[in-house]
Amino acid sequence: MHEMGIAQQLVQIAIDSIPEDIENPKVEKLNLKIGKLASVVEHSLTFCFEIITKDTPLENARLDIDFIPVMVHCKSCDNEWEVTGPVFKCPFCEDGDVEMLTGREIEITSLELAD
Amino acid sequence: MEINIQKRVLEANETEADKNRKFFKDKNVFVVNMMSSPGSGKTETLCKTLVKLMPDIRVGVIVGDICTTNDADRLEVTGAKVTQINTDQFGGDCHLAANLIIDSAKQLGCDDLDLLIVENIGNLVCPAEFDIGEDARAVVLSVTEGEDKPLKYPLMFRVADVAILNKIDLLPYLDFDAKLVVDNMKQVHPHLPVFEISAKTEEGFEPWLEWLKIKVFEKTGR
Repeated sequence: MHEMGIAQQLVQIAIDSIPEDIENPKVEKLNLKIGKLASVVEHSLTFCFEIITKDTPLENARLDIDFIPVMVHCKSCDNEWEVTGPVFKCPFCEDGDVEMLTGREIEITSLELAD
Repeated sequence: MEINIQKRVLEANETEADKNRKFFKDKNVFVVNMMSSPGSGKTETLCKTLVKLMPDIRVGVIVGDICTTNDADRLEVTGAKVTQINTDQFGGDCHLAANLIIDSAKQLGCDDLDLLIVENIGNLVCPAEFDIGEDARAVVLSVTEGEDKPLKYPLMFRVADVAILNKIDLLPYLDFDAKLVVDNMKQVHPHLPVFEISAKTEEGFEPWLEWLKIKVFEKTGR
């Protein structure tokens, strides 16, 4: 539901990252990392991104999203594993204090400019 | 040509949240971000909580809604200091972002507060994603919402520090398994403290109030 705000931040960060001495820059691709537990819907983000990039250096740029698995660590028994559903209970000691290592990322890693 | 960036997209919000956290630390006020779906009884829970905490604990409330000041009007009756944020001025956002909090906190004047409660916009998705500089996150779920909500909205129950199960006075009339919903919360967040209450009948409030009082004392020394 807040994908428009995220798309706006993406565009702002991308435009700020383009070196000023490049004339008429054209961004072909934005590389993103999005955690599987982050509240971001890919279709909504792409839709919002297309709308707000019209007449900007990012028009027609592609969003290449690397989805990051949810990895957790049990502080009680020191095991690490990937969570693929909503269950975070430790399968090893069943009572652990579980912390998230990855899975909440919403990051822009790089952009690719046309030659 | 590839340009390396490596930036968190919500960094701007995180920076504002850190500023808020510093402001609240300087003011020595404990801040709770209260979240839930619409209609869970968040405002009624707050009204009863405020009445039971004051005047021993001095409480202020920032209420977020897309439209109307209905909730602020209800909360003001308790005698607490209340201010309302309507996000329709900001595009009808579905959550409170960190930059919206500071002006309201200053407007309330946190100097004479021990506890500030931010009643977020009713939504189990987006508010979980946005740090507002709070000390603790509370999620309210009611027994009319279905036992599987914690499994459907795992991020909200993961980021919560405490959960309230509200409207337990309705249990005799519903096919709702209260044990199952608490189990589901603990599947998502083992060791999450869960308090079962009825904001209508005021049943079950003591453990929730005690939790709040301890947290306020731990931060403020009062």
